[in-house]
Amino acid sequence: MSMWSSRGHGWRIAALTIIGIAIVMPLVVFVLGPNMPPGKSTPVAEGQVTDNTVLLAVMVPFTVFILVYIGYALWAFRAKKGEELQDGAPIRGHFRAQLVWLVTTTIAVLFLAIFGTAELLADNGAGGGGGPNPVAKPSGATIPVQVIAQQWEFTYRYPTYGGVETATLVLPVGKQIAFHVTSLDAVHSFWAYELGVKADANPGVDNVAYVTTKKVHSFQIRCAELCGLWHGYMFDTGYVVKDAEFSKWIAARQAQFQPVSKYLPKYAPSYSPDPSFRAG
Amino acid sequence: MGGVVLVGVLIGLYVAFLTNGPTPYRPAVAGSGSAKSVSLTLETVAAVGPQLSPHENWVSYLVKENGVWHRSTVWTLPANSAVHVTIYNFDGDSGLRNPFLAQARGIVPGSFQVNGKPTSVIDPDDASHTFAIPQMGIIVPILGVADDAKNQCGYAPCPLSNAHNTISFTFHTGPKGHYRWQCFVPCAAGFVYGFGGPMQTVGYMDGYVDVV
Repeated sequence: MSMWSSRGHGWRIAALTIIGIAIVMPLVVFVLGPNMPPGKSTPVAEGQVTDNTVLLAVMVPFTVFILVYIGYALWAFRAKKGEELQDGAPIRGHFRAQLVWLVTTTIAVLFLAIFGTAELLADNGAGGGGGPNPVAKPSGATIPVQVIAQQWEFTYRYPTYGGVETATLVLPVGKQIAFHVTSLDAVHSFWAYELGVKADANPGVDNVAYVTTKKVHSFQIRCAELCGLWHGYMFDTGYVVKDAEFSKWIAARQAQFQPVSKYLPKYAPSYSPDPSFRAG
Repeated sequence: MGGVVLVGVLIGLYVAFLTNGPTPYRPAVAGSGSAKSVSLTLETVAAVGPQLSPHENWVSYLVKENGVWHRSTVWTLPANSAVHVTIYNFDGDSGLRNPFLAQARGIVPGSFQVNGKPTSVIDPDDASHTFAIPQMGIIVPILGVADDAKNQCGYAPCPLSNAHNTISFTFHTGPKGHYRWQCFVPCAAGFVYGFGGPMQTVGYMDGYVDVV
C-alpha cells in the first residue's frame, strides 16, 4: 500500500481526528462546559449548563473530523510548485464511508432527541413555557407569579398576595415559582437570564414556566421577541431575596399600590383589554 | 470608481438620515449644586397639524421653548436635579390597556396635580396619555379632556383657551444616563389597536431623556 493511497489518507485522517477529539473533548467538558451560560443560579439554569455541555460534546467529534478533513485536504492535495494544473480523480460513491456517516449522524440526532425530551420532562419544562397546561409539572407547592408584558414594560402580579401588581420582580429564595406569562398586546418573550427561564408572552395565552430559586441574587430580565420601537429598552432587573425581606417588600407594595387596586381586573390567566377607543 | 463614489454617497445619505433625529431641547437650569432644577413645559395634542409635521393627524407631544411650541421629544436634563413638569393636555381619553399604570410613581412627593388638585391615581379608562420613563421608575397618567368639552383644539399648537387639563408634577433625575420615554396609552388614531404610527416613532409619543 502506497503512503499516498486512498486507504493511507483515510487512516491518517482517522488518526488525526482521534487525536483532535482526545485534546478538544476534555477542554469542552471540563473547562468550557462548567462556564457555559446561563450559570448556576437555579436548578433549571444548572440543567441548561449541562445540556449545553452535552450538545457541545456531541458536536466535538463531527466538528473535529470536518476541520481535520479540510485541513488535511488542503495540505495533502495542494498543487506542488511548478506542477501542471490538472483535473482531480473522479468522485465515486464509497458505500462503507456513506454508511458510517449515515449511522453516526443518525445515532447523534436520535440521542439528542431522546436526551432533549428527557431533560425537558425531568426539569419540568427546563425553564421554557409549557403553555396553559404543561406536560411536566413539579410536585409540591408553587408560588404563582404572573408576568404581564406590554409595549414596552413587564409588570408582575402576585395572586397569592391579594393580586397586587408591581413594576419590579422580586422572588423569595428557596421556593418553587410558577411563572404565568401573558401579554396585553404584541408577542413578547419573558427571558430571566440567570434564572434559566425563557417563555413567550402571547396575548390571550397563559404560558406557564417553573423555576426553583436557590440563592439570593439579582438577575437580568429582557424581552427576547422583537416587539416594536423600544424592544431594545424592554429590560429590567429582578431580585431573589430572603423570605423575611420578601414578606416586607410585598407588604410595602400592597400598601403602595392600594389606590390603583380597585381598578385592576380580577386575577385571570390572561386578559383581553378592550381595543383602544381609537383602534383603527 | 464611479460606482464606489456612488455607494459612498448613498451610505453617507443613509447615515445622515439615521442621525438626523429631532433637535434636543435643553431647558435652562435654575440654582446650583443639590438645588438645581429645571422646568419642562409640554403639550399633548390629538393632531400635531401641518405646521409642525408632515403627519398632520398624528397625536404628539410638544415642548415649549422660549414661548414657542416645538415638536421635540429628546430632552437634555441635568443630573441629580429636580425637574418640574407641566403638561397641558388637549386630547381626549383612549384608555390604558394595563390599569396598573393609572397610578403615578417615581415622582415627589408621590402625587401629581390635575388642574391643581393633588391626585395619585386616575380612572384608567380616562387616561389620554402617560408621561413615563420606565428605567427611572417614573410614570404619570394624563387625564383626557371630556368628550363633550366645548372649544376643543383642532390642529396644534393649541392655545390655553382651548379645552384642556393641566397636569403638573416633579421628579428627580438621579445619575447621568440615556433613557427612553414613552406613552403607554395606545393613542394612535387610525392604527391597529392604536399602536402604530406616532406610538412607534420618536418625535411624537416617544423620545429620549439624556441626563448629563
